[in-house]
Amino acid sequence: MTTTTTEAEHKPPPSGPPLLELRGVNKSFGPVQVLHDVDLTVRLGRVTALVGDNGAGKSTLIKGIAGIHAFDEGDYEFEGQSVTVHNPKQANALGIEVVYQDLALCDNLDIVENLYLGREALNAGLLDEIAMEQRAAATLAGLSVRTVKSVRQKVASLSGGQRQTVAIARAVLWNSKLVILDEPTAALGVAQTEQVLNLVRRLADRGLAVILISHNMNDVLAVADDIAVLYLGRLTAQVQAKDVSHSEVVQLITGGTLVEKGGQVVVTDPHEASAAADGNGSSETGDRS
Amino acid sequence: MTQGVLPDEVEDVPPAPRVTLADAFSEYVSRVRGGDVGPLPAILGLVVLLIVFSSLRPETFTNSFNFANLLIQSSPVIVIAMGLVFVLLIGEIDLSAGFTAGVAGAMLGVVATRNDWPWWVGVIVCLATGAFIGLVIGLLVSRVGIPSFVVTLAAFLGLQGLLLQIIGEGGTIRIQSDTVLAIMSKNLPLWLGWAMYIGLVAAYGAVSFRQLANRRARGLVAPPPAVWLAKVVCLAVLLGICTYYLNLERSRNSAVSSIKGVPIVIPVVLVLLVLLSMLLTRTLFGRHVYAVGGNAEAARRAGINVARIRLLCFVLCSSIAAIAGILLASRVNSVTPNTGGGETLLYAVGAAVIGGTSLFGGKGKPVDAIIGGLVVAIVANGMGLLNQPAAVVYMVTGGVLLLAAGVDALSRRRAAASGRA
Repeated sequence: MTTTTTEAEHKPPPSGPPLLELRGVNKSFGPVQVLHDVDLTVRLGRVTALVGDNGAGKSTLIKGIAGIHAFDEGDYEFEGQSVTVHNPKQANALGIEVVYQDLALCDNLDIVENLYLGREALNAGLLDEIAMEQRAAATLAGLSVRTVKSVRQKVASLSGGQRQTVAIARAVLWNSKLVILDEPTAALGVAQTEQVLNLVRRLADRGLAVILISHNMNDVLAVADDIAVLYLGRLTAQVQAKDVSHSEVVQLITGGTLVEKGGQVVVTDPHEASAAADGNGSSETGDRS
Repeated sequence: MTQGVLPDEVEDVPPAPRVTLADAFSEYVSRVRGGDVGPLPAILGLVVLLIVFSSLRPETFTNSFNFANLLIQSSPVIVIAMGLVFVLLIGEIDLSAGFTAGVAGAMLGVVATRNDWPWWVGVIVCLATGAFIGLVIGLLVSRVGIPSFVVTLAAFLGLQGLLLQIIGEGGTIRIQSDTVLAIMSKNLPLWLGWAMYIGLVAAYGAVSFRQLANRRARGLVAPPPAVWLAKVVCLAVLLGICTYYLNLERSRNSAVSSIKGVPIVIPVVLVLLVLLSMLLTRTLFGRHVYAVGGNAEAARRAGINVARIRLLCFVLCSSIAAIAGILLASRVNSVTPNTGGGETLLYAVGAAVIGGTSLFGGKGKPVDAIIGGLVVAIVANGMGLLNQPAAVVYMVTGGVLLLAAGVDALSRRRAAASGRA
């Protein structure tokens, strides 16, 4: 993947203004507190992986960001503005789109119809099929999707990777700034996983912010720029992917802290992490790719 | 519409490859083999039935009197089935559509005959009755959340009672309006039949050609013109034969009274077919109906008001059933407590399913109702001409329905196996 290496040099510096910033977010369901004082920073042009064990609060966090259930307290800043997001419509209006694990596609409709579902283009009150088909084809071409034979294929006839692609294309069709992907590779084979990861990388390289939820450390390390680790409802670390190894991420997920050979606890602040890692950054990026 | 990171221009998309006739054909074959059969089994069934009955009863089955009779007889069932398609598309069922037709027809009788108001007031009240019944059913299903099977089963019983209440034990309401009676008993003048034929074929040809030309002009994949031509020719030949046949003299004693021409009910059904097909394929509402039937959760997340779509489908189904009520009343000149009862509803559900509409939702078209309705009608009609008792007719019809549902289930399995479902 030579593209990733070259793109890495064009990325905005990690100290640039964040797109989404959460500060001190709390969320409880009845007596159970799921999120404790979570801070999360997501930047444009970067893939932020959100990792954590089952029950760590990943789903609750993204549902809060997407407005499905609002956070109890904490600051929600988007593009530097403090905003309130209490329902999915508000999130969509900001440019936040979520691709859920079940994809939410209609099997009996074709690709164009699925891409435009709920936001169909009209011409004199009737569906403007030609305009929709043209833009759908352009969108897929823009994402370098070449595996789909025809945009008029029924989604039922697509492979798992192609479906994932359609779901992601739908998320980016609408001027979105932040795309949240929930386990996009969970049900995919090796080749299809690579296709989807390449697509995720391209989204970020095109300047979108991406939050990627995954249990697969190989995927995370292959594609993510930042890794945010949730441990028992607390965001215990947000580090740059190039600074950590596979086993270190696993340590963070299972233990909540990173104990290095010397025994001292390392970085929980992404800014410090980036400053510390500036020296050897490029070579490790190449290695990762 | 602003584009974020995606290209604003479509110029960089490579032009769509030209599709040849062979490509189009092989794609269709692979689609059918993959389990996406559409109305193909029903059309094959229709052809087989026509051949079988024509060879067994060449005199009585094929004469134009029987042909016209068959179309007229089947039209109420076809119309109810067209309404049911909407409810079946969203994966629901309406068991009460038959008695909805009955009650709506009775209201027509009450207004036009008992109160002696003009026929068109009766028709409006009739349609409003259907819409109201659909509204109540739809609200109970979509807002309260009672399964449609139970709601419409209750409505089936309740409306049967209401019909009896309106008409009275053992009574009938005669329909006296000539306009209403003409629908099922009068024919178009010969020239008007041919004019309608030419208009239909020309309109179909022009509209579909414009679509084709538009797609080509905008660089989209378009089927070859030969496919378009074949479709237009097929339609022209089929409708031409029908029109010719219906324009033959079919009175047994033409000296006394002459019966010829296209029955008025046929343009009524065709107009309904065109309107409902346009509604489903060309409008936002239609698209959302398919989406709700395919994956209600996905539709909800896409911002579609699923409850509203469900409600509207029930309202449409019952309103269309009310139109069938007018046809039923017109055919026997009266409304009785049994109008729309008996096997009407079951034949209508059967017609939609035989035509290729899936009971699982998300798949189906209004034209399925016509194809399936003709299959059901031909079985009943042909078996009658073979002097088979009603018992056998029912059993054979049941068998045909089972066969159709079997084809649906098998093609779904096949589709699942080939990754199409």
